[in-house]
Amino acid sequence: MKRILTLAAAAVAFGAAASAQTVGFSQIGSESGWRAAETTLTRLQAEERGIDLRFSDAQQRQENQIAAIRSFIAQGVDAILLAPVVATGWDSVLEEAQEAEIPVVLLDRMVDSDPSLFLTAVGSDLVHEGSVAGQWLVDAVAGEECRVVELQGTTGSSPAIDRANGFREAIAEHGNIEIVRSQTGNFTRTEGKEVMESFLQAEGGGADICAVYAHNDDMAIGAIQAIEEAGLNPGEDILIVSIDAVPDIFLAMAEGNANATVELTPNMAGPAFDALEAYWADGTIPPNFIQTESRLYTQDDDPMAEYEARRDLGY
Amino acid sequence: MLLSITGLSKSFPGTRALDNVTFNLEAGEVHALLGENGAGKSTLIKCLTGAYQRDAGEILLNGQAIHPRSTNEAQDLGIGTVYQEVNLLPNLSVAQNLLFGREPLRFGMTRGRAMRAEAEETLRTYGLDIDVTRDLGSYSVAVQQIVAIARAVQLSGKVLILDEPTASLDAEEVRMIFEVVRSLRDRGLGIIFVSHFLDQVFDLTDRLTVLRNGQHIVTERTSSVDRMQLIEHMLGHQLEEVEEKARSARGSEPDARPELLRFEGLGRRGDVEPFDLRVGQGEVIGLAGLLGSGRTESAEIMFGARAAQSGTARDADGAIAIDTPRNAIAAGFGFAPEDRKTDGIVADLSVRENIILALQASRGWARPIPRSEQKRLADMFIYRLDIRTSDAEKAVGALSGGNQQKVVLARWLAMNPRFLILDEPTRGIDVGAHAEILLLIQEMTAEGMSILVISSELDELIAISDRVIVVRDRRHVAELTGADIDRDTIVRSIAAPDAADGKAA
Amino acid sequence: MSRTLLRIAPQAITLVVLVALISVVFPGFLDISISDGRLVGPAIDILKRGASVALLAVGMTLVIATRGIDLSVGAIIAICGAIAAWGITNDYSLGTTLMMAVAAGLLAGLWNGTLVAVIGIQPIVATLILMTAGRGVAQLITEGRILTFSNDQFAYLGSGDLFGIPVPALLWPVTGVLFAIAMRRTALGLLIEAVGINRRASALAGINATLLLIAVYMASGFCAALAGIITTADIRGADANNAGLWLELDAILAVVIGGNSLMGGRFSIAASLLGAMIIQTIDTGILLAGFPSEYNLVIKAGLVIAILILQSPRLGATWTYWRYALFSRQRGGATQAVREGQE
Repeated sequence: MKRILTLAAAAVAFGAAASAQTVGFSQIGSESGWRAAETTLTRLQAEERGIDLRFSDAQQRQENQIAAIRSFIAQGVDAILLAPVVATGWDSVLEEAQEAEIPVVLLDRMVDSDPSLFLTAVGSDLVHEGSVAGQWLVDAVAGEECRVVELQGTTGSSPAIDRANGFREAIAEHGNIEIVRSQTGNFTRTEGKEVMESFLQAEGGGADICAVYAHNDDMAIGAIQAIEEAGLNPGEDILIVSIDAVPDIFLAMAEGNANATVELTPNMAGPAFDALEAYWADGTIPPNFIQTESRLYTQDDDPMAEYEARRDLGY
Repeated sequence: MLLSITGLSKSFPGTRALDNVTFNLEAGEVHALLGENGAGKSTLIKCLTGAYQRDAGEILLNGQAIHPRSTNEAQDLGIGTVYQEVNLLPNLSVAQNLLFGREPLRFGMTRGRAMRAEAEETLRTYGLDIDVTRDLGSYSVAVQQIVAIARAVQLSGKVLILDEPTASLDAEEVRMIFEVVRSLRDRGLGIIFVSHFLDQVFDLTDRLTVLRNGQHIVTERTSSVDRMQLIEHMLGHQLEEVEEKARSARGSEPDARPELLRFEGLGRRGDVEPFDLRVGQGEVIGLAGLLGSGRTESAEIMFGARAAQSGTARDADGAIAIDTPRNAIAAGFGFAPEDRKTDGIVADLSVRENIILALQASRGWARPIPRSEQKRLADMFIYRLDIRTSDAEKAVGALSGGNQQKVVLARWLAMNPRFLILDEPTRGIDVGAHAEILLLIQEMTAEGMSILVISSELDELIAISDRVIVVRDRRHVAELTGADIDRDTIVRSIAAPDAADGKAA
Repeated sequence: MSRTLLRIAPQAITLVVLVALISVVFPGFLDISISDGRLVGPAIDILKRGASVALLAVGMTLVIATRGIDLSVGAIIAICGAIAAWGITNDYSLGTTLMMAVAAGLLAGLWNGTLVAVIGIQPIVATLILMTAGRGVAQLITEGRILTFSNDQFAYLGSGDLFGIPVPALLWPVTGVLFAIAMRRTALGLLIEAVGINRRASALAGINATLLLIAVYMASGFCAALAGIITTADIRGADANNAGLWLELDAILAVVIGGNSLMGGRFSIAASLLGAMIIQTIDTGILLAGFPSEYNLVIKAGLVIAILILQSPRLGATWTYWRYALFSRQRGGATQAVREGQE
């Protein structure tokens, strides 16, 4: 957080030098805590840089987003941030923005349009996230036999597919690690807990499980509860590694119940504003895709401090 | 003679159901078999179809003595039957129902296309052009009935027995069935038609036979009998008794009765103009008028089923609330509505539950009527009103119209109301139950209950009413008492605006 | 009593067959062991995990008996869960918190019932309003995040155990029995059935149909509140986005598998509860069997279809038909079959 603040301070100084810019932000909605945190951080970033942010919540509907973008164009904003709810159907509205010479930056998700229609896209590499988690497990077990159970995201969703693949890439070379069971927990705590209970039943009451890999922290938290209720010690008897870095997982880490999480930063706006400011200043064209950092946090990273830093972001 | 029955007798323990009965059926005629419930019609039919074995007598089919021992045997002999309730499988297709048991086979498998073609062709001869692959249950009862007839004719082909086939049909559907029946007659079948609807008997049949108490009363050409004669044949002197009693009771002046209720200025715009009505203890008030004249609306307003915009109701102790049915019931009112099926019975509930429904509702949900008491009430009313049902747990929807009406009446009698409103209590029910209900009305008023009867049948109103109110164009236009209650006066009041000489209310 | 047993026999048989099937795929399915003084095993998990749908099915049975439907129960779970989590994190006592959550469920039911019975909106539309809006209300309470708490007393309701049995696994049978008693030992059951079959005739017989309808939707809201409380207590947090999501459909399915007609009328709470257990047995069985998760929904759909087909009246008729058509042709068994088909 401190790092972000310093960065932001620099950005404020820079932003103040330029005249105040107006940026429209079409957000998908507030369907998850992560999404809410992204919105909060975008507002914070804009405020710190002296950018006038026009916010529009699309409530999960593409037609709302298209209407919002048209309205941003009509208002003559200097740039548009778009977190697209779906991948297709954006061509015509992006062309309209291009004709109006307004740069569009995609946040978090990609679209199927020609890359020339938007300035850049900021997002994380989901496969990379999975492989960071896998690499941590490889290092943690240090060559010992390890039977892993996997709590997948919603079947067929791209985070579920990519995070599964990234993890498998990382452990592919290590014959000591084996994924023995894999089921979807739909990214929710309740189902994470339910599925973990059945894994425990199926794997000798949990004695045969060495680690849990959960595609998000919420399912990991559910799994932790299931393991505790089965009379085992999560974090010790069974290792827990997951992805997202939401505040509650840091609490679990502080209590020793979770071992590691890979951050999917909700601060997509920071790199986006950086790229935009460079573009406004001297027309620098950023790369097509700006990958955010997929940082690994473990119990050694002062989880309580991380929890405190995140708890008010709206997760 | 196609079918000839002589000296047919059949006894059950305690009763002689058929006593030396004679019956003839010619090829190419429709022959009505009439009689009250219990007269012996169904026993006769069951002897014919092999469901019962006769004790004595002879049945000749085309001059040959027959002894059917089962429905199937009767079918093979040429006697087919169609019942009131369609006796087929609603969840199978029309074609399957039609060709049940004799499907075209190939290698032990039924041939769907051949079956379909055969079924379509058969039904076309009955003027029915429908998709035979759809479930039978998806078609109207009339179509189902025609399929049942077609099936019976195909299986047997000489004698067709129609046992109350029209009981649950509307007028248009009845016409459809009649066309089919006439075409079968023209094809040379002998058809026995059992029905309680005298209009239909006069409309369709060539000859009729009346049974009463298991005995053959008369066989005549339908065209040579008049309606009153026919009813007399069927009932003996029952109906006359009803009218007799009514006339003798009417001797006393209406004003001599102690007043039970008084409605003043009750009305609702668009339904009925404000009217006054006083109800004497033990009085029968008839409400006459055409359909849509405001007679049903008057009744519904008095019962709170329709909110009154003006007016009051009071009894000896002062004003009473009748703004909702619940309040009206609490004030001792009861209401048997015109449309039994939609407003009266709760079809899927049992006879017992239907009978105790109003009583239970008035006691409140927290004080359930004990099961034994429910059973006692139900059995008592089944006995007292002679409700024909196998037992008290049968669903009311499965009963005939007359018995449904008796169940609705039982529901209100269980409440022992002081003022009972009956809207068309005898519509669409058989002639026997008709007389029973009229007798019942008299019994109840003798015990002090006051009754308001709405009826389209003037003879009925005249027979039972102490006083007749005539409703026309949403106004109560005339009140007739004593000797004024006759057909001519009522008809004049209903018809001509100025001809009525009763006092306008 | 025997009448009740006869009524629930198809569901009971289905459940037994299902358990037998799963035991073949997963041999330890019926094993129950004791660990830390509590019963552990797949069967116990089913009783516990099925609690939400079972609770919803109790209320849903009554609503469906009145010829209605309540699509909002999933959203009510989210609202009540959110209120419970909000109450406990704001240091209200457990009793106060639970009362607030239950009151919210009753209030939601009152809203639904009023729309249906007083204003006369069709039930599917009336409850759709709260189904869509309710989750938003829940999100307002949780401010869009998962509201986590660490109150062991409250968590006990979701993950604690009494005499070795998980609390949720005790809660739904108790609720079911209490409701069944309330229905059958009073006249409520009869009055609800009468209103469901013919509302107008019932009203003319003096039944206060309006009040009864409202009460039935409130009962459904109450059951949803209980489900919301145990769901929240179970994961020690209120997840407004996901709590109770699509559970209304499982609850309706449970009622239908329980052989209750969507056209209203006769109902059996016991059969609906068996229906809920059948659904949960399928869910848990799939998890234990270890199929890839892509197959979950297909397997569940397949089993549900099989169960519904086996219970359909049409199948009974067709079976009778073939039996007689193929084996009794010579004896003219057709009419015989017709008569049996009428039974």
